[in-house]
Parts: sequence; C-alpha cells; structure tokens
Amino acid sequence: MAISSVRSLFPGLELSVYGRPLVYLDNAATSLRPMTVVEKWTQMAIDKNANIHRAVHKKASEATDEYEQAREAVRRFINASSREEIIFTSGTTASINLLAYSFGEAFIREGDEILILESEHHSDLVPWQIMAQRKSAVIKKLPVENDGRIDLQRLRENLSEKTKLLCCAQISNVLGLINPVKDVVNICHSVGCSVLVDGAQGVVHCKVDVQDLGCDFYAFSGHKMYAATGTGVLYGKKDLLDKMPPYMGGGEMIGSVSFEKSTFAPLPGKFEAGTQNINSVPTFVPAIEIVEMMRGKEFEESQRQIVEFVSAELQKDSMIKLYGEPKAIEEKVPLFSISVEGAHHEDLALILDKMGIAVRSGQMCAEPLMDRFGVTGMLRASFAPYNTIEEAEFFIQCLQKAIKMLS
Amino acid sequence: METLEEKKAAVVEDFSMFDEWLDKYEYLIELGKKLESYPDEAKTEDKLIKGCQSRVWLDWEKKDGRIYFKADSDAIITKGIISLLIDVYSGSTAKQIAEDDFAFISEIGLRENLSPTRAGGLASMIETIKAVARSNE
Repeated sequence: MAISSVRSLFPGLELSVYGRPLVYLDNAATSLRPMTVVEKWTQMAIDKNANIHRAVHKKASEATDEYEQAREAVRRFINASSREEIIFTSGTTASINLLAYSFGEAFIREGDEILILESEHHSDLVPWQIMAQRKSAVIKKLPVENDGRIDLQRLRENLSEKTKLLCCAQISNVLGLINPVKDVVNICHSVGCSVLVDGAQGVVHCKVDVQDLGCDFYAFSGHKMYAATGTGVLYGKKDLLDKMPPYMGGGEMIGSVSFEKSTFAPLPGKFEAGTQNINSVPTFVPAIEIVEMMRGKEFEESQRQIVEFVSAELQKDSMIKLYGEPKAIEEKVPLFSISVEGAHHEDLALILDKMGIAVRSGQMCAEPLMDRFGVTGMLRASFAPYNTIEEAEFFIQCLQKAIKMLS
Repeated sequence: METLEEKKAAVVEDFSMFDEWLDKYEYLIELGKKLESYPDEAKTEDKLIKGCQSRVWLDWEKKDGRIYFKADSDAIITKGIISLLIDVYSGSTAKQIAEDDFAFISEIGLRENLSPTRAGGLASMIETIKAVARSNE
C-alpha cells in the first residue's frame, strides 16, 4: 500500500494548527490513530459493551471474543509461543510496574542486583527502584557510550552472579538507536540473568519476534502503535510468569475465594485483576494491521531516506549536537534528539509549534541520560512511517528559521 | 514615575501593534535579551518558580514600601515573559500587586499564544509574584 493511501486513513494528518497544516513529529510520545482503530473503539463502546469472561449473555460473549482475538493477534504479532504469555495492561509503564512487583517477589533476595541501561525511560527505572527498596536489592547502571550505543564488553564486565535482571530498551526514546537486544540476551543468559526489553519504541519500528530475541519479558504500549490509549502488553515466558505471584487482587484473577484462603486463576488471568480496558484492547487488531501494512518496501525506503536526510542536515550545523549516532544507518530509526548551542530546547519547540510542527522538548523522561550528556533537556522530532520526506524537509527549514530567530 | 495602570496600558499598546505571533515572540526575545543581569548566587533552588519547563528564578526586595523584582531564565522567550511581568509590577506596593487582576496578560493575547505547558508556566509566574506580594502585605 502506498504512503498516500495509508495517510488517508489517519484523520490526524489532515488537521491544522494556527491556520497551518499540522506536521506531527511527536510520534514517540503517542502516535496518531487510524479510522479503523477509532471505528473498532466506537463499535466496542456502542455495540459490544459488556464485561468479559464471566457473563453468559450474548453481548458478554461478543466482547470476550473481541478481547481474546486481540490477545491472539498480539501473540502472533510478536510471535509468543502461547496466549498465556500475553498479559494486557494499561501501557508500558503498567507492564513494568507489574513485572517489578511480581518478579521482585518471586526472584529477588537481599543484595541481588538489577542492571539498568543508562538511557532507560523513567518507567524502566523508577519501578525497579521502588522494588529494590522493598527487597533491599541494588540498582546498577549500565553506562551508554558517547554515541549512545551499548558496549557489549562493558555489559559483560557489569554482570555478576548477583545480577538477576537486565533492563534495556529495544530502542531508546531519546537516542533512536536499535540496541543489539539479541546479543544482550545471549550474554545475560550465559550468566543466568533474565532480560526485560522495553519495546515501547521498538515494537513500532522493528519486526519483533520474542522467541528469536530470546528475551524473558517484553513490554510495550498500544497508544504508540496506533491502538487506543490506555492499552499495553507485558509478554513473559510462561515458566517465569507461572512462578510469579499476582500484582493486584480481585476480579478475574481468582481461582476460588474464601476468608481463609484464595487461589489464583491460571495465566494470563492471574495478572489481569479487575475490569480490563475492554473497549480499547480490541483496537490492537486494526492497529497491528496498520503496523504491518506500514512495513512494506515503500515505507522502508521512505524511513531510510528520512533518517539519512535529517541526520545529514543536523550534522551539517556545528551548533547542533545530535544524540544517538549509529555506526551503520540500519541502527537508527527516524527519531532525532538534539541540543542547539545558544538556543534553549523549549524556545525552539515553542517557535516550531507556531509553525505547525509538533515536537517534544525537555528531559523526555530520561533525566539520567540528560545528566550523562550534560544538558537540561533536548528537542526531539520523532517520525512515524506515515510521515513523509517533505515533512522532514519542512521540519529542517523551520528548525533553521527558529535557530536564527533565537541567535 | 509611571503608575501600575500606566505601565500595563503601555504594554497593551505595544502588543496591539503586532498581528502575528512571530512578531510577539521576537519582541519577547528582545525583552529577554535586554533583561538586567541576575546574580548567579541568587540562582538557588528556593528562587526557582515551580511549574515551568525551563528554569525561571525570581528574587525581590522591598524598598520604601515598594517591591522590586529581579528574574532570569535559561530559555529566552520565558525570560522575555518574566521580564515583561517584573517591569510592570516592580515599584508597586504589595497591596497593589496582591489586589491586581493581571487581566492585561489576556488583553495582549499572551495566554492564548502560549502552548499549554508554557501557559502553565505563565500561571506559575503570576502566582509566585502574587505570593511575594501577599507575604509583604
């Protein structure tokens, strides 16, 4: 399918702001939603509104089917080996909080270490800090190199028999580099350390096969991959999930309940307490269709063209520092975080906003990484496959104008 | 010396000349660049205005019953905005500031012209200036 046809599915691409066409380059924060997703969302709210799993009536059975079809679609999408390994959550943050609690309870003892990549989003750091405090465990930082990449030798040096888990994003939301997750997993597994991959950005830009990656856990959000907001997934290997206690109690997660003792439902229900986001989860089905539609050759070429063009333009200007420099072009997705000498990221974002360009400024929920590079914040432009090279060119022109205004 | 009302009227008149947001921003950038320098030693945590994306420091002193503000920011448009505010309110009494409605901000279209985060920052600046005034009443 051609880019122009896919664009017509996204009403957000037709919007104007301040009388100018909106150029939406904040996709790493949340993507736009296609009509197919909006329609499914609405259909669930209007036609199939019933609580799932328990009731025997017609509408409950329709809603349950939709919900479980979404689970199967997600399973196939990331090639998990069974539906029991797919836990629905409200987003990546919720997935990691669930994991931090339940993994911590099951596997972490006093003095154990969690190794976390320096470039991780706060959502892949703070839940672990909370758990570490509770379990008297130790959080260790795995530094990134000056170009933002992981040094595998440094990873080996930081692992010990005490390291129980390594947390690493497939793609950092600041650096836009595809991390060598498969190598990371192999190294960690060789010393008995489990691996959580934060796939919030990765699932959008990479074809994910959790069995091939070999990671023990993989977390991602629906809202960054065109599904409804408030949706997310935690994938976990069944043998590990089975050993972990529930995170929350009540609702669908029970086996039997008495005042003396309650037992818990089998996977995946054990981790899905309370009424789930029943109207929104089914939007994973049309969202996955769109993701797969946008993995064609034309999109691949366009994305690569954007990466090459924007990187080159940014690197031309000695006042601009681009964070996350790939060794090979294939390692970079069209997500660019920069700082500009003499121009504050917030001023740049404010001026670009008035030109119709939506970008992000600030710490990008990665304060340790900002400190690592000695900046108070950055400006980030993050492209989705529906963004065009023309939009990239317009962004560069406007950025140059904004820098000129501020100098 | 200009009264508070005269100063506000002058700002409103200045801004009435601008049709385009771009001109407003350029004006604010100029104000930011011209703002009297702020001592580094006063860039302390307690002088930071909370709720702004960029860092904004506000300091003040009371002389002959009137309040005089000093401010700085690491972002230039924000610096322009705080400069405009402190130019207007410096030299007024605590009572005048505490009782002021700050409506001229809406009159010059500044609030509507700002992104939600920035408008939040502006609200925090106004709140802090008012809090200083109230603590001096």
